[in-house]
Amino acid sequence: METTVANTGTEGETWGGGNQPLKVSYGKMMMWFFILSDALTFSGFLAAYGFSRFKFIDSWPIADEVFNHFPFLHGVDAPMYYVALMTFILIFSSVTMVLAVDAGHQMKQKKVILYMFLTIIGGAIFVGSQAWEWKNFIKGEYGAIETKGGQILQFVKADGHRVALKDIAIINTHKDRAQHERKNGLWYEDEGTLPTYTIDEIRAGFAKHTDLLVRTQILNEKGEKTILSREESLRRLNTDAIGIVEGANLKHNEYGTPLFANFFFFITGFHGFHVFSGVVINIIIFFNVIIGTYERRKNYEMVEKVGLYWHFVDLVWVFVFTFFYLV
Amino acid sequence: MAHDIGHHESNTAKIWRVFYILSIITIVEVAFGIWKPEFMNATFISMKWLNWFFIILTLVKAYYITWSFMHMEGETKGLRRAVVWTGIFLISYLIFILLTEGDYIYEVFKAGHKSWDF
Repeated sequence: METTVANTGTEGETWGGGNQPLKVSYGKMMMWFFILSDALTFSGFLAAYGFSRFKFIDSWPIADEVFNHFPFLHGVDAPMYYVALMTFILIFSSVTMVLAVDAGHQMKQKKVILYMFLTIIGGAIFVGSQAWEWKNFIKGEYGAIETKGGQILQFVKADGHRVALKDIAIINTHKDRAQHERKNGLWYEDEGTLPTYTIDEIRAGFAKHTDLLVRTQILNEKGEKTILSREESLRRLNTDAIGIVEGANLKHNEYGTPLFANFFFFITGFHGFHVFSGVVINIIIFFNVIIGTYERRKNYEMVEKVGLYWHFVDLVWVFVFTFFYLV
Repeated sequence: MAHDIGHHESNTAKIWRVFYILSIITIVEVAFGIWKPEFMNATFISMKWLNWFFIILTLVKAYYITWSFMHMEGETKGLRRAVVWTGIFLISYLIFILLTEGDYIYEVFKAGHKSWDF
């Protein structure tokens, strides 16, 4: 560089680059501006989620009914407890991160190692929990019916309790509908997994169980899903219904509008990817701390920089938690 | 950073205090999310008071994370404003236009009284 840049004799002067108005190192400043741009990306996603939600304000799925699982508590309705726990895990790993930064300021290598380790563990638990959430979301619980117009009809008892497809369907043992695979029929053409039941089996079961009703996606003034009368239920099921939905993917989901699943996968997926990369970066810095790189460098600013990123991941989760699970 | 090596005092007590604040806010949020009190169902600017309450608590949490954990309070005024004001301005603008537009499309779908010019 010295061969290409002419010395002007003003080095150290204000106009020679000697003035550092932000009083912060290049790396830390750039980490802040990266975080700013990433924050704008995330808010773009969340605002798009808000847009779709306002567009379907009277038929959006109710989060408490979708995310109500807790490990080892099968069949227990536990809305939000698990995401609340995940939030605590992430906040706590943020605390251990800031403790690592604090120990770094005091040049205490052993303490930095311990706190970085705890941070990594917290991040790993969080990513694992998110995977578990996805598993439950994809698998679904009750199943539903999709109409011609793409609306979702769910089954309830008169008291409002949900009923699963498997408790309704009367299995037709003579069905001859086989899944189309690549190896038969048209070459290299296949179709997605067939649902467990056919629409006719559900219709037959629904006609037999006279206590069952259909629940639509429309929210009433109390914020609950509208339950149709028995006659109306039969009419919707026999004229409008075209297929079965079990669980969720990007095209169909049993919880309501497909956009809900799309945003769930996209936003929590993008956030989960950030957590994952944060864990990877933390591991790299963790090993650098162990081999004493920052002891030799005589400052732990690198820990501070990954710390900023890690706190940002926590910050985003606070908003995702609010807009997906609370609001 | 050069000036950081100079001071050696520990902020541990403050870090734990912020952790307690964040935890209590989260517990309050979850409690209200399960309780869903009747009196907070009234709407204000097309949203329930309960939702405003959650959003305000979230912003309080965001403030503590940014100011304390990310040490924004210790940065210069210039850096703080460059990051925070830019973010808040652009995000508010984005939310405003997208939510307005979403509400408009909802009205079109629902009533059809408005013309289809989106």
